[in-house]
Amino acid sequence: MINILLFADLAQQAKTERISIEVHSPLNVEEVRTLLQNEVGKLSGIENALLAVNEEYVELTDQVNDGDTVAFIPPVSGG
Amino acid sequence: MKMFKITSEPINNQDVIDSVAHHNAGAISVFIGTVREMTGQKQTKFLHYEAYVPMAEKQLERIGTEIQEKWPSAITAITHRIGTLQISDIAVTIAVSTPHRHDAFEASRYAIERIKEIVPIWKKEHYTDGEEWIGNQKGTTTYPAGHPEGVVK
Repeated sequence: MINILLFADLAQQAKTERISIEVHSPLNVEEVRTLLQNEVGKLSGIENALLAVNEEYVELTDQVNDGDTVAFIPPVSGG
Repeated sequence: MKMFKITSEPINNQDVIDSVAHHNAGAISVFIGTVREMTGQKQTKFLHYEAYVPMAEKQLERIGTEIQEKWPSAITAITHRIGTLQISDIAVTIAVSTPHRHDAFEASRYAIERIKEIVPIWKKEHYTDGEEWIGNQKGTTTYPAGHPEGVVK
């Protein structure tokens, strides 16, 4: 099971902030992004999102393991 | 109090300042970010901030670490508020103490610029004529590698 977190505009489009997907072998963040959109539909702008696994920034090609939390982080606007 | 904090309560500036006080400090520079009403022709009614709280606090802490690497005697505290904020409310307070004033000014500037790059917080503008998540609409900021500069180990 991989937990996926969405925020701001991405959460609004997906109509959820959190979704879990079953996986049977390790995969990378890009593959998680594809599986996510198979579940909730195309998310406009997700290719511009920052990526985090277990609260640390990662790259698209980094591996995701069973139990990990993957966050898609739209360009930030704090301050 | 926590030196790097996301809160849904109003920010008390003095608490942030007090947490960086030090007997070797000759300066404390404070940056306060507040909610602006007019952005060009757009009039803001109120704002909503959302955060990925545990990660946002970690990234604030990372900024503190970066500041300490650049200005070794600096002590940094940052509190960012989330939830609904009205015009003139305080969204973020940064305090940096250093032995000499020059470093305090530079480090607090560094902190706010870095917040806008790496801390997962989002602002939704509620204008008089509509609403908009800031930062992800215009595609002006992109991260081809999936992350901002200097955040992946």
